[in-house]
Amino acid sequence: METLWFMIVAAMVAAYVVLDGFDLGAGAIYLGAGKTTDERRKILRAIGPVWDGNEVWLLAAGGTLFFAFPLLYASSFSGFYLPLMMVLWLLMLRGMGIELRAHMENPVWVGFFDLIFCVSSVLLAIFFGAALGNVVRGVPLGADGYFFEPLWTNFRVGTDTGILDWYTVLTGVIALVTLTAHGALYVAVKTDGDLNQRTRTVALWAWPLQLILTIVGLIATCYVQPTVLDNYKHHAIGYLIPVIVFGSLGMMIYAIRKGEDKLAFVGSASYIVGMLVGAAFGLYPVVLPASTDPAHRSLTIYNTAAGRHGLTVGFTWWILGMILALAYFTLLFRMFRGKVRLEGEGY
Amino acid sequence: MDSALLVHRIHFAFTVTFHYLFPQLTMGLAPLIVVLKTLGLRRNDETYNQAARFWAKIFGINFLMGVVTGIPMEFQFGTNWSHFSRFAGGVIGQTLAMEGVFSFFLESTFLGLFLYGEKRLGPRAHWWSAVAVFLGSWLSGFFIIVTDAWMQHPVGYARAADGSLQLSSFWALLLNPWAWWQYAHNMGGAVITGAIVMGSVGAFYLLWGKFEAHGRIFLKVGVIAGLIFSVLQLFPTGDGQGRLIAENQPVTLAAMEALFVSQTGAPLVILGQPNVEERKIDNPLEVPNALSFLTYRAWKADVRGLDAFPQDLWPQNVALLYYCYHIMVGLGTIFIAITVVAAFLLWRGKLFSARWMLWILLLALPFPYIANTAGWMTAELGRQPWLVYGLMRTADGFSKMVSAGNAMFTLLGFLGMYTVLGILFLFLVQREIELGPVSELSLHH
Ligand code: HDD
Ligand code: HEM
Ligand code: HEM
Repeated sequence: METLWFMIVAAMVAAYVVLDGFDLGAGAIYLGAGKTTDERRKILRAIGPVWDGNEVWLLAAGGTLFFAFPLLYASSFSGFYLPLMMVLWLLMLRGMGIELRAHMENPVWVGFFDLIFCVSSVLLAIFFGAALGNVVRGVPLGADGYFFEPLWTNFRVGTDTGILDWYTVLTGVIALVTLTAHGALYVAVKTDGDLNQRTRTVALWAWPLQLILTIVGLIATCYVQPTVLDNYKHHAIGYLIPVIVFGSLGMMIYAIRKGEDKLAFVGSASYIVGMLVGAAFGLYPVVLPASTDPAHRSLTIYNTAAGRHGLTVGFTWWILGMILALAYFTLLFRMFRGKVRLEGEGY
Repeated sequence: MDSALLVHRIHFAFTVTFHYLFPQLTMGLAPLIVVLKTLGLRRNDETYNQAARFWAKIFGINFLMGVVTGIPMEFQFGTNWSHFSRFAGGVIGQTLAMEGVFSFFLESTFLGLFLYGEKRLGPRAHWWSAVAVFLGSWLSGFFIIVTDAWMQHPVGYARAADGSLQLSSFWALLLNPWAWWQYAHNMGGAVITGAIVMGSVGAFYLLWGKFEAHGRIFLKVGVIAGLIFSVLQLFPTGDGQGRLIAENQPVTLAAMEALFVSQTGAPLVILGQPNVEERKIDNPLEVPNALSFLTYRAWKADVRGLDAFPQDLWPQNVALLYYCYHIMVGLGTIFIAITVVAAFLLWRGKLFSARWMLWILLLALPFPYIANTAGWMTAELGRQPWLVYGLMRTADGFSKMVSAGNAMFTLLGFLGMYTVLGILFLFLVQREIELGPVSELSLHH
């Protein structure tokens, strides 16, 4: 049961990163790729009807985490207090940037909200990457299962860790590059003309960076948290994951060159899923490693899970809820399928 | 009082109070928009559709504010109340996760379709998307209320070996009688906000002499819905809540009424200032025996006062609790009075020219917000000193690892952020109202 919920939470996080990832990425390239007001409006229209629904995956994943692993939720949310609050402020600014711009006429304010949207998207991508880095690297858990991390200490990985050190900054940068490419490809799918060309160029430039960073990131992870290799050693099936990751990268560059935007976007999505599954596979059954005394203090799915009865009942409604959510998403994306046009309602 | 505890409490109280300013209007407007859309379909009158579109725009801005201020709420159980989350997560994790999985997806998907899909969907499908938004927002209110009601009146749980609470009965949690009374009352409060805001904008248009056809529709719908729900708010739902409290939280009831001394035939205090030091009411204006009657349906019934309970079980802030409760009930009475008169004028066909009444309706706008806020303050202050009634004290629930200084930092951040948000919100809504229901100018940029 615990393992099942671990997979569910991981899948929901992955769904969040793939979905909200493309609108974060669209935000990151927004000012660079959208040269004219019309192009910017097109980018906004491409994500306009879906970004809020995408963000709900974060809430649903957070809620499910709370429900299935209350101690993990309690410990990590209070321990990552400062960065989480900053993420909240950025999410607020970003939502305002997207939605309020449409209500403004004066170019000064339009420009202001454009800037807010772009900057908050970039920072969020970095923060989410750094968050994943923190979870993989481990935190200074106390014997009671709680901790509190300052924003930074000495930028070294060790026992006295901060949110930011060289490793988590690296994962933050990987996330930014990955989501930039992901967002660029999404906008490429949804638009045509100059904007489409420019977003392809962004993805083309991001690709070699992504490849190098992936390799560097893998090496750094093995150095910082060598235990992630254990699961791979015991279950050879795990080696499929790096194959998928690099296969997806190959698919991306092939499709970008061919001008097959949809295929390239799918490649990028499967790259992201591969990276996340790889991290989850390496950690399991640990969910938050302790940097001090990892053998005894690490939080695992077993010592953080909610009671059996609750987990069983929850599974029933969760399945039902997911079927409904998938139906809504299919409907929504079908309604707004195709390239965006500027006539008509909204933005 | 431990200062970290105080900062965490103010942090939560401030953010949730600010958040609830927005959902109460979304939840209140949603059914009214469905009414407008239905009338539009039935009568085949474009004015109703324009009216619905106008409120959809206001709804959209409100919804956005609800979303951006709601996300921090979901996080704060973990960030600021982690010991509580660990203790109670096995139970309330259920309802909070269900809210995310069932209602937020529904709401956010169909809001996108509702706001941007009218042309693509056609009138019938568009009507359905309005209904889906309505259901989504009411469902999300339901799960939140079940959570809050469980904190007021815990049911369906068992204690695990490590001392935490775990779910033992899912249906007991969802069918908590406290939740259903609270839900009915709270949703009534939301519809009152929606109705009064709608009526108020209608009155504004008539007084201004612009968009009068739309203004009349707003007034009609607002006044009728306002009347129905103001009455329901007093009876049965408000009364039902009061009796649950008398039964399950007698010390809270004593504090809400500032009844310091137990007595037979207790009076109902209409006005007066509680003097907690001397344990009496200053300048009282009382109705003899009324409290006994309202609580137990007998004029001479015994009502236990605060003196019947040890002081460490009293809500810590008796005076504030008393005022909040009286403000809510006082405003509820005033809403009934206003809507009865306005509905009477409407029935006689005089409302649209009765400028004095239009002015009253216009100026009523802030008061449902005050009543809803005061109501929640009553519920939350009345629950003190418990976080989960009878099981966990508030002082044991906050995040011990997050120091007062760190919590203060983020509290100040939220204060600043919410000030900006509030100003932007008022500016945008005011602008939409001035542009009116027939303008195509806005939303096109
Ligand atoms: C009874 C009504 C009610 C109350 C007391 C609260 N909310 Fe709320 N909330 C709503 C009714 C609502 C809503 C009307 O359903 C909203 C407004 C906009 C929306 O998306 O749903 C909402 C929004 C909203 C969102 C954003 C959803 C989205 O992205 O679509 C979150 C995360 C929360 N709420 C969470 C909370 C939490 C954790 C609360 C507890 C303290 C809370 N709300 C109090
Ligand atoms: C929307 C309306 C609500 C308002 C206006 C409101 C208001 C408040 C206030 C004023 C406090 C501070 C109480 C004190 O410090 O003495 C508080 C505390 C709290 N409320 Fe609410 N509340 C609302 C809804 C909820 C809901 C729906 C929940 C649960 C799901 C909730 C959970 C809490 C918690 C955990 C605390 C902190 C502990 C405490 O001080 O009691 N509140 N709220
Ligand atoms: C006029 C008669 C009214 C009565 C007798 C009444 C009674 C009550 C009672 C007994 C509570 C419970 C307090 C607690 O849980 O500790 C409550 C809560 C509340 N009331 Fe009222 N109320 C009235 C009017 C209103 C009005 C007009 C509004 C708003 C428009 C409102 C909104 C609320 C809200 C939001 C709460 C807190 C949430 C809840 O417990 O549902 N009430 N009310």
